[in-house]
Amino acid sequence: MEVNWLIILDFIPQLIKGAQVTIHITVVGLLGGVILGAIAGLMRAYGNALINAIAFVYIEVIRGTPIVVQVMFLYFALPVLASIRIDPMTTAILAIVINAGAYIAEIVRGAVLSISKGLTEAGLAIGLPRWKVIVHIVGPLAFRRLIPPLGNQFIVSLKDTSLFIVIGVGELTRTGQEIMAANFRAVEIWTAVAIMYLIMTGVLSLALRMIEKRMRIL
Amino acid sequence: MNDAIIQFRNVSKHFGPLKVLDEVDLDIHKGEVVVLVGPSGSGKSTLLRCINGLEQITGGDLIVNGMSVLGGNKVMREIRQEAGMVFQQFNLFPQMTALQNVAFGPQQVRGLSRSDARELAKELLAKVGLAEKANHEPSELSGGQQQRVAIARALAIKPKVMLFDEPTSALDPELKQEVLNVMRALAGEGMTMVVVTHEMGFAKQVGTRLIFMEHGKIAVDGTPRDVIDNPPNDRMKDFLQHV
Repeated sequence: MEVNWLIILDFIPQLIKGAQVTIHITVVGLLGGVILGAIAGLMRAYGNALINAIAFVYIEVIRGTPIVVQVMFLYFALPVLASIRIDPMTTAILAIVINAGAYIAEIVRGAVLSISKGLTEAGLAIGLPRWKVIVHIVGPLAFRRLIPPLGNQFIVSLKDTSLFIVIGVGELTRTGQEIMAANFRAVEIWTAVAIMYLIMTGVLSLALRMIEKRMRIL
Repeated sequence: MNDAIIQFRNVSKHFGPLKVLDEVDLDIHKGEVVVLVGPSGSGKSTLLRCINGLEQITGGDLIVNGMSVLGGNKVMREIRQEAGMVFQQFNLFPQMTALQNVAFGPQQVRGLSRSDARELAKELLAKVGLAEKANHEPSELSGGQQQRVAIARALAIKPKVMLFDEPTSALDPELKQEVLNVMRALAGEGMTMVVVTHEMGFAKQVGTRLIFMEHGKIAVDGTPRDVIDNPPNDRMKDFLQHV
């Protein structure tokens, strides 16, 4: 079969639909992942032994297992274990929340701990309660250091959505697979799919670089 | 009733098995300028940091302005508002200007309005000779200037006692004096001060009392001139030859 790039044009609407699903999973999943990660990271940084241990186990279990296994567990094992059945889309979003949350927790912990202990002491020494020290002093400083590694994780999570092909979510990779199965145009379709991922990660990188520039990293 | 503003009652501090403070008894009265000296590891910084609860005592009791450091978080915050602290590494908040650093405490802790806090901050920056640096960030200031801002920040919460933890140790010799001058002026106003330092000239000139610590205990306690000119024991004599 001859390579015919023009054929891509016929499938662009379908691929865009797939990309929209990818974006949907990524955005909602990362929103949840950032919240979960911030909570788990702060538990690690400031919690007592028990709270710290809970967050530690969560992070280690998730970081220590492949995301495909996590998705399979959520989709196929959870119904058996707890009679909880969730649809593929919800499973995909949940998987990103839980998976990204664990990595973001470590990013948050690292950023918080990188802020000199002396600044916390200076805040406490003027009589501030600890939460005010975290909100007004450590938080803003840690946030700036958070941006570069957080951007990295956003890109990784976006690409991880391609794994949801295993539970049949109609995201970009799955869409490409379906088109390919019908017409066997492997070169054209996978090139198109790759380019669409590059566009999405490229836009994300650009946005993050702009945020970084606007925010002086101290 | 004891009128001391700081009362150490049999205070011990352990870091794990290591005993850093060993049953210390000490009264510090209003208006005293107490200079704490001693070899590294003798417990002088720890003693200072116990006063405002940056280290928790593990034995005995410690009363500051009538409140025990064992009284819980709320009491501890009240104690900290009565005991301003100046650190060796300045520890200014890098995301804030000099003025914001000073205004932050009164606004957040003492409940001053934004404009009142800024007024107070301007006054205090002028007092430490940095009125014209109000809108500079810490990274734009020299070490001596940063430390003077830090002193203004500590004064802004209107403390009854000022604690200094080696305030000039991180400074070049020519910058030490500007900080020591501010401290000297403060002592002249009758501020109660506890100062960990190696500056024997300052101790002699400004200190009203000198405490030499060794192995977590107070080894010598006297007037600076007496004990510096005639060290009562060999360890202190030896120490003084090395500072």
